[in-house]
Formats: sequence, C-alpha cells, structure tokens
Amino acid sequence: MLLNRRTFSAAAGLGLAIGSAQAQFRVEISGVGATQIPIAIPKFRDEDKVPHPVSAIIRADLERIGVFRGIDTVALLDETSQPNMAEWRSKTADLLLGGSVMRLADGRFDVRAKLWDVVRNKDLGGQSFVVAPGDLRQGAHRVADFVYETITGEKGVFATRIAYVTRSGKSHSLRVADSDGENGQVVITSMDPIISPAWSPNGQELAYVSFHERQKAVVWAQTIATGARREIAAFRGSNSAPAWAPDGQSLAVTLTRDGTSQVYVVGRNGENPRRVTNSPSIDTEAVFTPDGKSLLFVSDRGGGPQIYRTPVSGGSATRVTYTGNYNISPAISPDGRYLAYISRQGGAFRVYLADLTNPEPNSARALTESSDDESPSFAPNGRLIMYASRSQGRDVLMTTTLDGKIKSKLVSTTADVREPVWGPFGR
Amino acid sequence: MIHPKLAGLVAIASLFIAGCASDVKLDDKNAPVENRSPVTSGADAGKGASGGGVTTVDLTKGNNADNAAARVVYFDYDSYAVKDEYRPVLEAQAKALAANRSKKITIEGHTDERGGSEYNLALGQKRAQAVLKSLTLLGASDAQLEAVSFGKERPAVQGSDEAAYAKNRRAELVSR
Repeated sequence: MLLNRRTFSAAAGLGLAIGSAQAQFRVEISGVGATQIPIAIPKFRDEDKVPHPVSAIIRADLERIGVFRGIDTVALLDETSQPNMAEWRSKTADLLLGGSVMRLADGRFDVRAKLWDVVRNKDLGGQSFVVAPGDLRQGAHRVADFVYETITGEKGVFATRIAYVTRSGKSHSLRVADSDGENGQVVITSMDPIISPAWSPNGQELAYVSFHERQKAVVWAQTIATGARREIAAFRGSNSAPAWAPDGQSLAVTLTRDGTSQVYVVGRNGENPRRVTNSPSIDTEAVFTPDGKSLLFVSDRGGGPQIYRTPVSGGSATRVTYTGNYNISPAISPDGRYLAYISRQGGAFRVYLADLTNPEPNSARALTESSDDESPSFAPNGRLIMYASRSQGRDVLMTTTLDGKIKSKLVSTTADVREPVWGPFGR
Repeated sequence: MIHPKLAGLVAIASLFIAGCASDVKLDDKNAPVENRSPVTSGADAGKGASGGGVTTVDLTKGNNADNAAARVVYFDYDSYAVKDEYRPVLEAQAKALAANRSKKITIEGHTDERGGSEYNLALGQKRAQAVLKSLTLLGASDAQLEAVSFGKERPAVQGSDEAAYAKNRRAELVSR
C-alpha cells in the first residue's frame, strides 16, 4: 500500500537543546505518492545558530498532512533572494520556500519566510513571525501554516497543540506538546494512571481521569497555564470519559453512581449531573457532535460494544457502527461528517473511518494495517487523525491522512506514549 | 506482585467522600495537589507571544503504601460471572461485614490489556459490581461496599500472553 518509504529525523541535533524532562520525538513519514506538490525548502539563513532546525520542522509538517512532498536541496536562499525559477523547475520543485531566523536583542526570534510558485514564476507572499525564546518551534509551525493556508485556502493546524500521557516505570505524565509531538511540557505527573485527556474548546483547560487522589477513577479539569485544578466528578464508583460540549459550559462524563457505567452531562464545575443514557448495559466514551445537540457513545446493549447516537436531551439511541462486533472510542470530525473509531478485526484493533453522510452502514474502512491502535482524534481542520499505536514494543503516536495514505510516526525515545488528543485552534 | 496502593489515611479519607458531591476538598496531607511548580524546561515557558504556558502539577510526592490484605477473584475472558470456587472467600467476607457494620471494603475491578482504556474501565467496573452484588446477597450491606475499576491500567502481572491476561482479569477486595 505504501509506495515509498522515507525516514526523516526532525530531532537530529536537538538533544542538547531540550530539557531532560521532555519526551524526545522523531518524526517518520511513510506513503509518499505522486499526488503531493513538490516543495523545496532550503535551510533558512542562520538556522544553524538557533536551537531548532526550522526548515526541517516545516518540511516534516508539510509532508505529514499529505499535500506536499519535500525535495532535498543544499541550496542557500532566504526571503530576500531572487531565485532563478528555471533552475528550480529543473529540480522538479513546484514550490519554493526561503527564509531566515534571527535572534533579537531581547531573546525572541524573528522567523521570516517567502513562498514562490516555481511553475508560474510568481511570488506568493511572505510572513514574519516574532516568537518568544521558548517558542522557536512554534515559529516554524506558523511558517508551515502560512504555506498550507496559501496553497490550500484552508486553516493550518501545525501551530496547534496536542496532549498525551507518557508512562515511564510507574510515573504517568500528562503533557501538552506541539502538533508534531515535540516540546512536550508536563501538565500533571502522578504515580498512578492518568487517562482520557480532553481539551476544553478554548484550549485553556484539560479534563482528564486521575486515579491517584482517591485511588479510583475521578474526573478533573485543570487550567494549563496556572495548574489550578478542580474535581468535576467524584461520585461513588468510577468517574471517567470526560468530553466537553462545544460551548465549553458542560461536559459529558461516565458515572457508575447508579450501578453500571452510564453517560451523564454535568456543568463545567461538575454541577447538576443529569443522566443521558438509560440502559442496563455499559454506556460510555461519549463525545458531542459539533452542533452540541447529540452524543455519540459506546454501548454493549447489543452484545459487543458498538457506537450509538442519542440526543443530549435524552431519548432513544440509534446504532451507528456495523463493522464487526467491537467498535469503541468515537471521534467526530470538526465538520461533523466523519466518524473515526477503533474496530477490532480478528485480534487487531485498528482505526476505522466512517462517512456519516453515507447511508450504507458498512462503508466504513480501516485506515491502518496495525494491530494495537487506540484513541483516535481529529486535527481541528479535519485533515489528519492522530492515534496511539504500538511499534517495536513501544507505545507510539501516529498521524494519518483521512485516505490512510500518508502516515507519520511521532516516536518517543524516552517513554511510552498513550491517550493522544488533538487540541483546538488557538492556544 | 501486587501494585502498591494507598491505604490508611487516603483510604479513610475516601470513605467520607464516596457518594458526595464533587466539591469536596482533598486533605493536602494525603494528596499533595498544592505541590505545584512552574515548568523550568524551555526558556520562558508561558511568557511567549503565543501565551502557550504550562504549569506542572506533581502528584508523585504522595505516600503510597502496599495493601497486603487484598483478596482476589479471577474471571474468565469476556466474563463477569463470579465463579463458584470463590464462594467460600466471598461468604467469609460477607460474614465479617455482616458481623461488623462499620467495616467497609472497596472492590477493584481489573481487565487484561486488550482493547481501549475507557471500555476496559467499564468492563472492570462490571466485574467489581458482580462481586459487590454477590457480597450483598451473602449478607453484606450495600453501604459497606464500593465497586470501582482500574480497567487495564493496573495489571497484576506484565505480559501479553493468556497466562498474564488470566491473572489480570480480576477483582480485588480491599479493606479500607
């Protein structure tokens, strides 16, 4: 299925620049095909004088989203150059990105870039991003967003953030990182498990399940910038599976206070719990549809776990998934059209994608050929799905395009990585 | 190989909060949630033009103690049925609970590692509730019992074979 395979090391040479508390990631991209736009991204001027390989970060971003294919070059170029387009055409580049990075007197970085259409011999414009000393990688991601947005007319996701949980020995750490998995910073660390992180719609808070404080599953919400945290649900039994409503004013959670696991909606501080599902079976893992009116959730009311839809106001549930007898972990694309989930086929757990506008119930298809996928979530522009998988004995993060053709592995070299979830636009 | 668990103070604290509303404050001796320190890695995290700061909460300073008194019920694959062989264990537990109504236990359900973390949490809960129901039928009072789940998050043994899976599909009875 993969036409070609290349390995790209975005982390090379970074080791000394990053604190030891952070996970080290290596980005591998596979599945480069003929439909990608070839883009040449020579090293930015003075890139070697700053802590991060800006041009390589931009290239990895653009390749990961499946629209671009990087072309190797050793040329020297910056945003003030007058490139010889005939020469770049002969190198089979359709696009050319030149730029520079400069450390300012106050320690901030000025990352500048200009994009050219090589085929039409046209200047497509330039951008300058001034970023804080710790945000140089963000500057690179913003350049990648500028390129993506200029070419596709869609909003880029490279400057957004993700959250995931690392496990090293008995230590569990919930981290927030760049969209490529790098620059992870610890939000909370615990000697007991942390699972199911969920971003608030404004990107300022994370809800999650922590087992430490009460030695059972309790839902917390934490403001990322300050560390202030509050209990959302700590009822009798287990409290889990938080998901924010699109308006950020309430959350769906799974509670067992009335017996078996059922879906409830609570206020943003855990107030006024209201039961949404009403079955003698397991009902859990609810997510809101983008309009906030429905919930998709997992239920084993028909035997094995399947994904159902129900109005938030309550009412009857309709079954959504039909691929096999074990379908869990629903994620809905931001436009509400696609459903990503995990389906067990034989002994393998794989990311599946269903087009919810397709009336044919069995039209969902596998996006991967791996066997231990978990926790799919959509990029905020809906063009990538991030998920957890296993590779060479490690828990790793992956991204895939919605056609399953371009995958990238964000490989941690220091810890097992689980429970990824992609944050919203804005940070 | 039993995973370290909190006992003592935290367990007693949880006794008072089970079933309460979500605004109960933790005793900071038991759960050092106040142990916050700013992230030091990465220059000026939180001050950037992006406002993307992160402040770390550290829960690892807590005092974990082993709980030696766990009793364990094992389950078959994909099953919540409490097998007859565990009847003597559960009868003894129920009898002790009936004799001392101030005694309380937590039943912790667990699964093997296959499948998603949240669905496994619900499966473990179902196992714990099956044991809870058995204990109440044998004379314990519902108010003495709490069923909780760790899903696949706290395996008794490591490993990805049936022998390991069988040891991990379990419910542990923990005095509190």
